[in-house]
Amino acid sequence: MRAHLDALYRAESGRILATLIRLLRDFDLAEDAMHDAFAAALRHWPESGIPDNPRAWLVSTGRFKAIDALRRRARFDASQDKIADELTPPASTAHETDDTLEDDRLRLVFTCCHPSLNPEARVALTLREVCGLTTEEIARAFLTSAPTLAQRIVRAKAKIRDLQLPYEVPSAEELPDRLATVLQVIHLVFNEGYAASSGTSLTRADLTSEAIRLARLVIELLPEPEAMGLLALMLLQESRRTARTSASGELILLQDQDRSQWDRNLIAEGVALVERALRSKRFGPYTLQAAIAAVHAEAPAAAETDWPQIVALYTLLARTEPSPVIELNRAVAVAMRDGPAAGLALIDAILARGELTDYHLAHSVRADLCRRLDRTTEARSSYERALSLTRLEPERRFLENRLRELDEKK
Amino acid sequence: MKYICLGYIEPNKFENLTESERNAMVDECFSYDDELRKNGHFAGGEALQPPQTAATLRWENGKVAITDGPYAETKEQIGGILILEARDLNHAIQIMSKHPGVKAGPFEIRPAADLSEMILESEQRRAGH
Repeated sequence: MRAHLDALYRAESGRILATLIRLLRDFDLAEDAMHDAFAAALRHWPESGIPDNPRAWLVSTGRFKAIDALRRRARFDASQDKIADELTPPASTAHETDDTLEDDRLRLVFTCCHPSLNPEARVALTLREVCGLTTEEIARAFLTSAPTLAQRIVRAKAKIRDLQLPYEVPSAEELPDRLATVLQVIHLVFNEGYAASSGTSLTRADLTSEAIRLARLVIELLPEPEAMGLLALMLLQESRRTARTSASGELILLQDQDRSQWDRNLIAEGVALVERALRSKRFGPYTLQAAIAAVHAEAPAAAETDWPQIVALYTLLARTEPSPVIELNRAVAVAMRDGPAAGLALIDAILARGELTDYHLAHSVRADLCRRLDRTTEARSSYERALSLTRLEPERRFLENRLRELDEKK
Repeated sequence: MKYICLGYIEPNKFENLTESERNAMVDECFSYDDELRKNGHFAGGEALQPPQTAATLRWENGKVAITDGPYAETKEQIGGILILEARDLNHAIQIMSKHPGVKAGPFEIRPAADLSEMILESEQRRAGH
């Protein structure tokens, strides 16, 4: 029974919690209620047998447990009794349909990603309430202390309660804006796992898989093209995970990766999603980035990459979402299509505007183009600048190797 | 996961309450403890007798020195410990912030450390010698 309940907890706790949050309109009360319901199941099911619909049993038990708890507390605080009265369900609606239960998870995603919460709180709350990670796990992944993170979550929950943020999927006219916030949170979680901003390890697989799981959930419940674009982008990047680092943890660039190690299933799924999103004609930056990743994924060898296509996609992307980082990436693609000198001119123009001067990749890319043009002195100073800016250990080693190679060439 | 909750109190504060205030507080605390027990959150704990009943041992100049009283000379003293079973730190905070004992003094919550690996290594070291 214990093992059965553990399995049920893993599979269903997310949905049950989401429903209880909607019914009780209180995160903490809902979480306690869910744990109480599982504890009650452990006591009763061995005798009474497993109910036909365990999820419904757990939801309604949790709900009554919460109302009970409020009533007990009401002995000291009369207002709790009134709340308990309001929460007591009319007999006819005690059972929820499966459809509303599914929608509850989507509602919960939107509540956790509400724009009135600060971005860090959105990430922490989503990972904890929707993905079910513990405070300690999230703290470890984002290199903060558990008490700090716990405070952030406590404050975010208090804010949701105090501002009475609606627990709902936004209306059609609000949806594009609000969905963008949700996708941003998912992308942030993925990036933290795929290219950790600091630390000794280059990837954190647990976070990338949580982000992918979350994106799948969003699409399952809300099949919007940009959500598909984001999932496609993440799947295509994830397909290269094992090829991205050597056995000793060194960084391997896209052009040097062993393409037989790329995960073909993830690529196929990603490519299909990109095509669907593109066909909708309502796509945005995530879909375009995914399309670029798909062009790379479909090239049998680095030398056979369709660079003109990639330059065209970057041009479109820079127009949809102007950003110096996208221009930098476009410059790299131009260098591949028209030669290093053409790319270098574009990068120097970006740097001359005072943009990206503190971005390590801008200097690392510039160094690489100078190296290919045999402008060794410039290459060296750009590698050194990049080295002084990166905080990632494997990237430091990569740059140090490049500098050593320059010295050997002399 | 297990969390150790250290409940601090200001010893005189409790004595200065009227009898009915004191009873109300005691009843609240115990009924919340019961609730914790019922739902599997209470994994152990004891109330402590007042700080003046304590003896403190410390290693001084190669031998154990014993002094009367608690180790830390502060106004607030540990009144009891509670071992809490909770999903994570957030859950522990949320459970303990509803404990009426918080009104009597601060609670410090700390995760229990898992020493099993350390113990295993130590056993191996001891067996090897």
